[in-house]
Parts: sequence; structure tokens; C-alpha cells
Amino acid sequence: MYQIIVLLPLAGFLIAGLAGNTIGAKASEYITSSFLVVAAILSWIGFLTFDADEPMAPITMLQWMQSGGLDVAWALKIDRLTLVMLVVVNTVSALVHIYSIGYMHHDPHRPRFFAYLSLFTFAMLMLVTADNLVQMFFGWEGVGLASYLLIGFWYKKPSANAAAMKAFIVNRVGDFGFILGIFGVFAIFQSVNLDTIFAGAADVASRMGEAGGEGAEAAAEGAANMGDVVLNFAGYSLTMGGAITCVCLLLLLGAMGKSAQLGLHTWLPDAMEGPTPVSALIHAATMVTAGVFMLARMSPIFELSHTALTVVTFVGASTAIFAATVGLVQNDIKRVIAYSTCSQLGYMFVALGVGAYSVAIFHLFTHAFFKALLFLGAGSVIHAVSDEQDMRRMGGLRKHIPVTYWTMIIGTLALTGFPFTAGYFSKDAVIEAAYVGHNAFALYGWGLTVIAALLTSFYSWRLIFLTFHGKPRASADVMHHVHESPSVMIVPLFFLAAGAILAGLLFEHEFVGDAYEHFWGASLFTSAENHVLHDLHEVAFGVAIIPTVMMAVGFALAYYFYIANPAMPKQLSQTHRGLYKFFLNKWYFDELYDFLFVRSSKWIGRTLWKTGDGRIIDGLGPDGVSARVIDVTNRVVKLQTGYLYHYAFAMLIGVAALVTWMMIGGIS
Amino acid sequence: MVSDMLTSSLSIAGPEFILTIGAMVLLMVGVFMGGKSAQLVTALSVALLIIAALWLVFVAPEGVAFGGSIVSDSFASFMKILVLIGSAAAIVMSAGYAESERFNRFEFPVLIVLSTLGMLVMVSAGDLISLYMGLELQSLAIYVLAAINRESVRSTEAGLKYFVLGALSSGMLLYGASMIYGFTGQIELTAIAETLTAGERSLGLLVGLVFLLAGLAFKISAVPFHMWTPDVYEGAPTPITALLAGAPKIAAMALLVRFAMEGFLPVVVDWQQVIIFISIASMGFGAFAAIGQKNIKRLMAYSSIGHMGYALVGLAAANMEGVRGVALYMAIYLATTLGTFAVILSMRRDDGPADQIEDLAGLSKTNPVMATFLTIMMLSLAGLPPLAGFFAKYFVFMAAVEAGLYALAVIGVLASVVGLYYYLRIVKLMWFDEEAKPFLPAPIELKLVLWVAGLFVFPIYLFVGGPVFAAAGEAAQSFF
Repeated sequence: MYQIIVLLPLAGFLIAGLAGNTIGAKASEYITSSFLVVAAILSWIGFLTFDADEPMAPITMLQWMQSGGLDVAWALKIDRLTLVMLVVVNTVSALVHIYSIGYMHHDPHRPRFFAYLSLFTFAMLMLVTADNLVQMFFGWEGVGLASYLLIGFWYKKPSANAAAMKAFIVNRVGDFGFILGIFGVFAIFQSVNLDTIFAGAADVASRMGEAGGEGAEAAAEGAANMGDVVLNFAGYSLTMGGAITCVCLLLLLGAMGKSAQLGLHTWLPDAMEGPTPVSALIHAATMVTAGVFMLARMSPIFELSHTALTVVTFVGASTAIFAATVGLVQNDIKRVIAYSTCSQLGYMFVALGVGAYSVAIFHLFTHAFFKALLFLGAGSVIHAVSDEQDMRRMGGLRKHIPVTYWTMIIGTLALTGFPFTAGYFSKDAVIEAAYVGHNAFALYGWGLTVIAALLTSFYSWRLIFLTFHGKPRASADVMHHVHESPSVMIVPLFFLAAGAILAGLLFEHEFVGDAYEHFWGASLFTSAENHVLHDLHEVAFGVAIIPTVMMAVGFALAYYFYIANPAMPKQLSQTHRGLYKFFLNKWYFDELYDFLFVRSSKWIGRTLWKTGDGRIIDGLGPDGVSARVIDVTNRVVKLQTGYLYHYAFAMLIGVAALVTWMMIGGIS
Repeated sequence: MVSDMLTSSLSIAGPEFILTIGAMVLLMVGVFMGGKSAQLVTALSVALLIIAALWLVFVAPEGVAFGGSIVSDSFASFMKILVLIGSAAAIVMSAGYAESERFNRFEFPVLIVLSTLGMLVMVSAGDLISLYMGLELQSLAIYVLAAINRESVRSTEAGLKYFVLGALSSGMLLYGASMIYGFTGQIELTAIAETLTAGERSLGLLVGLVFLLAGLAFKISAVPFHMWTPDVYEGAPTPITALLAGAPKIAAMALLVRFAMEGFLPVVVDWQQVIIFISIASMGFGAFAAIGQKNIKRLMAYSSIGHMGYALVGLAAANMEGVRGVALYMAIYLATTLGTFAVILSMRRDDGPADQIEDLAGLSKTNPVMATFLTIMMLSLAGLPPLAGFFAKYFVFMAAVEAGLYALAVIGVLASVVGLYYYLRIVKLMWFDEEAKPFLPAPIELKLVLWVAGLFVFPIYLFVGGPVFAAAGEAAQSFF
């Protein structure tokens, strides 16, 4: 069954990709979509029937490579974590496929679009089912490729191409960290197979325990056999404790790139150049959560390094607040949601950082529903107003597209954490986990996520008010054409809305509640000292209620700013011009990077191209050599005068020269 | 006693006698039958050459005839067969051409046969007298052949230039031979070698050696004794150019190898320097000068200069592998050259023969078969694997490396990179350029030569490469 789940999208990709033009757009759409629906249904069956108490052996598909100690197979690791991801990926992907049939209706390149979507899904499934790090890297790069192709799907638009390249290049930085991390893991554990690594990590943990130290690093230094150098990195010789921290940080770098964490986030907002269904699938629900998934998957290693976990918390909390502040002032409807995604990913990292892996995955799970819903809703809006994305030219759409409006409301409620919606359970769990977390940045994480909750509520409602309420600001011509989307686009919204409402309520007990251990089995690892999950259920009511209060305050502020007193935002932006500009320009990250990296590397590239390659290599190499060849040829050809006496002269000179040479040589 | 010796000598020099008597008979046939005999004499000459070749294959006499003047060994047999193939192919290819250009006289094939006889004597020359005799017989016949188209100024000019410069080179050669005789007291190559082993080498001998080598280098058109080559190749009737590029080069190269390896191995260090010099000069000159050519016959002249340079790399190595490399190189060079000239001879339009490189433009569209074969030839001449030309170069360069002549091998490889350019230019012209006016359909004999040579270069050589290589090795074994 799991083989079918993984291979169906691949088959869809091959059919639509290779024969798409032959069988036509309609057939491509139906084939890929129906394959994904089947895969999604099978995923749910697997998810609901799986029993974590009876672990499944990895399903080997193919021997991939074998070289020395390296043994890599294409194998499917089926456990609860994989199944959660399968459900998320396949459900959202299937709905996005169906939605795209309507959304891409006017596009002439639909077979290509659906082929890419299926390719992405396949790669994502490879990633989440990986039973070794190399296969995970394959999927990791595969989703990167599909993301690149889909962001640049409208390749005639220069901005889309630039965004695609930006996404690819920024991800390269993270991927470089990830692959170094894989090398490091192999150096430490002599294997890339997850089971072997985890067994090794457990061994290390027990040895650290024996050493009797409190912290892992201290223990590592204390134990004699732990003091051996296991890894040399960047000039440092690292013992076991240090090596694990180093590897974890490298893996974190990879996760930061893919999950758009602060520093490597710049590609995600630009990625909105791609078609909206792509944003919903890749840049909200699935690919960007790959980093979260990877860190959760590697939890047995991360549990060994408090330092790394502290860094994860710091990165996550900083991203959450950063993206939320930027989201406050953006005018592009998709960019607001993109920054919201970025911010929510920060929440997940905070949860990972304090050791609440299941909470992170729970938030990933619920977030996939409501964020995909918001994106597809936004797509429906954009579809309705003739491809306009600027919220300043919308407004008053509530009456015209009521279904979209109500589904967007549901998504917003879930995102802001309205009681008993999906976000209420998962987001509050994250904040509580941060509150009870023990590492140095746990409190920092708690404080920032609480503030971010306020901001989240504000910008989400701002989006709703600007888009749907007030007076129409679009041109009369556009307003005349406003229409509700076809049912092929609306039905997926209903499914996602159902998920956004119920996902928390139905699964909280399993994901983070009392059924936790039975539900997850061995797929997530928490060390003996890690009691976060237990503690978070016992936080005081005063603390637990704070996120909800924040949500209400955010809503009230947004209402006041955009409904009650619409002149307010403008005033505020003028009185606090510096801050407004700072947020509007995304904390000047792009400018900073442009100055630091883009221009300098362009300069290096230009220099190497013009001077290094053009003048030196070409000049002395191909061009120079060929020019000299022509020179030599011209001279040599001139020797051939056609005059007999020249020829005879040449012969005599030749003989004379040779004789002279022999005489000199002969004497010596 | 004397008659015994005479009988064995006659048997050893069998091919030479077959050609001598045959040439006389053909001359009689021609004289008595008059102007209409050209076709018959042409056919009979080819038959004669084939008979001589069969004699070499099946009788294969080994030994020394006429008191050491004529040597017959496996090296001689190998080279003679190549020479006979080259001459026979040249006669076959000339048949149609001579007729259309109106110089189809019966003397034409007879002169080729006589020239071939000279070549056989060269290949078998055991002393300085037979060396000179063979060389002159070969040359005199070719002087006439080059100028045979009396109505063409260029043909006459070519013949005259070749004659004057040839006389100069013969003079040098004779001067060198006399000095060698003066300083060693011997004319027989083996006896010279013995004297050199026993006694000291003198400066006079070395001067004589250089002069003699210069005379031989002229015949294989090695730099700086190559100047005649482009003009003669261009001016002479194309079938004669085809002959010039093939058989005489093989004979002269065989003579040079025998002279150096059999007579002067004791002073190898001295002549090796000369050979290395003219080898490098030829490879370099051939590669660079060919780039500037517009006429395909001139281009082939420079190409052949370069190829003699590559073959000399093998001789410079002065070991078994080197001589084997030379023998193999000449065999493959012959096949490729014949194939190429079959194409050049096929380049005919209504208004006469075309010989500009530009005329080949777009040949792939007008005559894909010919274009494919010419591409194979060009790439083989350039030395690209898996074509035969690659193996030829590979073995001479390997021999040089084994002899420690790394610089020579590297220069050779670099020169062949430069050479690749002008071969590829022709390929590009044929496959990618706008098509020129199509050629007339090629006559059957040219097609025959083209198919045989082309298929030999690729892919037949891949299958028969082993036996050919073994035969070349056996030939080289004669000197060791």
C-alpha cells in the first residue's frame, strides 16, 4: 500500500510530463488529480489503522548504492511521524490538484503544471518516507527543484524567474549545511540509516548518563571514551558532545533554509510569484515544513545537545516575531499570508527547541489545513478580481463572493487561535511548551510567541477587513466581473475548512494529550529529563488564557483600525514613519543581503567572467591560441612563394643547418 | 655455382622481375597496338601489380640477392605489398580521369609500373648503389607523370619543379653516399654497420649521413625538404597526386627505415637527432600551414607532410615498437589517403574537375554517402578514435614514450590537435554549410576504391586491426 502511495504521484508526473501534450490538458488534470486522491485516501487509511505498538520494518524498494561502509537503499520508513506527513502532504496535494483544475483553467501549459505538482508530491513523499539521510536529501533536493520549477512556472515573467532563482540559491545555503550535517552524521555513526543512527545516539546517551554529568556536554568531557576526537570540522577537533552539537547545528542550517527561518527566509515572500495553488501546497502546507519534519525526525540526536536546541528556540522565536511584524504592513494579499507562514514556522521551531516535538508536528498538521485554506481562499479572491493581488485595490468583496469569505473567516479563526478551532489547540500548546521549557531561550521564546500571537491576530483580521469589508476600491470594470469561483475550486475549500475547524479537536488527545505515547510510539524521541509535554498540561490558567486574550486584543485592534476608524493606519504610519518603513521593507534584509552577498558575488562573478575567463583564460587559451595559430599559419603560408630558387634555398639552408648541428654535436 | 646463385637471386627478386618484364611487354603491346590500347594496357598493368603482390604473399622469398644489393625480408614484403596496393589503386582511379582529361595514352600506366618497380627496389635496397638506382627509377618515371598533361601549364610547371628539386636532392644524396663510402669503405648497409660498430664514427661520416638523409627526406617530403610538395600536388593531374601521396612515400619511408636501422644503428644517437628535428618540423608545419589552404589538393599536401612527421616519430624511437609503428602508420595512412583521393577525384562538375575546399559545401545533402566516407577519412587523418588513424598515431606515440622521447610525443599530440582544426573544417563544411552545386555521379572505379578504403578505416579495421598489427610487428622484427 505504501509503495502505491509513493509511486502514484511519480506515475502521474511521468504521464503528464512525458505524454501531457499528446493526451491533452484535460486528461493530464484528471489523471494526476485522481492518482493523488487515491494516494490521499490510502494515506488516511494507513494513518488511522496504524498501531505504533507494532513497529513496521522499512519497506525496501531498491538497493541504491553500496560503497565501503556506505549502504543506501531506497526504503520506506513507516512510523507515526511519516504517516502524519503522508496524510498532510497527500491531502493538501490532492485538494490543490483539484483546485488547480479551476484556477489554471486559462493557462495553456496545464499538463506541465500538473506534472510539476505531481513531481513535487513525489519528492515530498520521498523525503518524509526516507529511511536514511541520503534518500531524505534526494527528496529534499527534489522538492527544491519542483519549487524552483513552479515558482518560475510563468517563465516569461522576469520577476517569476528572479524569484525562482532566489529560492533556489538561498536554499543552496541551507542545503549545504544539511549535506555537511549528513557527512558529519556519517563520520560519527558510520551510517546514514536512521535506525542505525538512532541506535548509536541511544548508545551515546547511555554513556553520557553513566558519566554522571548533568548536561550532555559536561558528561561527554568527563567520560574517558567520550573524550576521543570523533569529528574535525572547520579546524576544530570535536569530541562526541561537541561533534553532535556541530552536526545538529548544520542540520538546523538545512532546516532553516527549507523552512524559511530568519536569515534564510528571504526567498519565501518572493516565491509568491508562483501560481497561488503552488503557494498553498509548497510554500505553506508541505515543503516549508520539511525543516520541522527533519528536526523532529532527528530528535534522538537533538536531544543529546542542549546547545543546539537552545539555538533552535532562539531562531524560531526570532522568526516568529520578525515575520509577524513584517506581515502587519504588507499590502499584497499573498505576501501577508507568506509572512504569516514564516511566522508560524517559527512557532514550530520554538516547540522543537524546547523539546516538544509532538507539539511542533501537531502545529504543522493543523497549520497545513488552515494555511492551505487561506492561500486557496486568497487564490479564489485573486481569481475573482481579475488577478489583482494588492489589498488596497480590493475591499467590499464579502457580498460578491460569500463562500470564499466564510471559508477565509474560518481559516483566520483557526490561524488566530479562536477557541476550539485547530489553531487554538496547537498554537496554545506551542506557547505553553515554551513557557514550561527549560533552556536558556525558553522564556524569550514564550514572550515573543505571545506577542506574535497578538500580531498574528491583527494582521489576519486586517487582511479580512481590507479585502472583504469597507467600500470597494477596485475599478468599476473589475467589480463588474467579480464572481464566485467554480465549484471545482470551492469544494477543496470546504474540505480544508473542515480540517481547520476539526483537526485540533479530533487529534489533540493523540498528538499531545494523554494518548501521546501510544500514538507516537518510537517515532519521536524524548530523553528521560524531558518533561515538557507533561508540564505543559499543568500550567496555570492565567498563563494558558494569555494567547486567547492576545487573539481577542488583536481582533479588536484590527477592527478599530480598519472598520471603526479607517484613517488611523495612515496617521500611525506617518507618526512612526521610521518603524513603518522598517517593517514595510522587511527589516531591510533584502537590501542587506543585496549589499553583502549579491553585489559582492556578482562582482566576483563579473570579474572572473570578464577578466578571469574572458581576458586570461580565453585570451591566453582558446582565443589567444587560435589567433596565434592564424598568425603562424599566415607566416608559414607566405614561405610558399612558388619560386623554385626559394625552394632550393630552403633545402640547402636545411642541410647546412643540420650539418652544422651535427658538427657541433659530433665534436662534443 | 654462379647459376645457383643467379637462380636464388631471381627468385628472391621475383616481384621486381615480374614488373620489369611485364613493363617491357606492356610497352610492346602499346607500341604495336597504337593509340587504342590505353584501356587494355591499364587493365594489364593492374593485373601485373596484383600478380607481383600475390607472388609476395604466397612465395614470400626471404634472403639476400645479387651479393647483398637486394634484401628480401618480412619488412620488405609488408612494405612492398603496400606499395603495390597504392600503385594499383592509383592506376584504377586514373582510368576515367585520364580519359576525360584526354591524356589517356598507354605510356601512362606503364610509367606507373616502372615507377613502382623503382619503389620495390628502394624497399629492398641492401646497398647504396641499389638504393640510388631504385630512387632514380622511381623519380624519373614520376617526373614524367607529373608533367604528362602537356596541355596544362600547371601540370608542366609541377613536373619541372619536381624535376629540378629532385635533381638537387639526388645530388645531395649521392654526395652523402660518396662520403659514407669514403669514410667506411663499404657500400653494403650491413657492412657499414659492422665498420661503424668496430671503428670510431668520424665527422665526415656524419656529414655524409646528413646529406643522405636530406635526399631521403626530400622523397617523403619532410620539412625543410618539403617545398615542392604543395605545388606538385596541386599542379599534377589528380591521379598522379593520388599516386604521389601514397606509394612513393611508403617506399621512401621504408628505405629510410632500412637505411637507418640496418646500416646506421651504431650511430643511432646522431641520426636520431636529425629525425627528431625533421619530425617535429614536419608535424608543426603540416598542421599550421594546412589551415591556410583553399585548395583541397594543397591541403592534402600539407596533411601528408604532417603525417610523415608523425610516422618519423616512430623511427625516432629507433626500437622494435617504433618500426612496427611506422609500418602500421604507413598501412593506415595509405588506406586513408586513397579513400580521400577517391573523393577528390569524384569532385567533378559539368565544367571539369573541382578542387576547391569550398566545393565540398553541403555535400551531406547532395551526396550523403560520399560525405559520410569523407568524414570518416578526415576524422581518421585527424586521429580520432575509434577510427584507424587513431591507432596509427597511438602506436608511434607509445613507441616514442617507451624510448623516453616524451617531449616528441607531447609535441606530436599537440600538433594533431592543431591539425584536427582543418580536418574538422571540411567536416563542418560538408554537414552544416549551404550546399554548393552537386557533383556529377562518380564512376564505378572511384566508388570501389572509396568503399573499400572507407570501410577499412571504419569499421573493418576494428576487426582486422589485430592481424595487421601482428604483420607490422613481424615486419619490424626483421631488424632485430
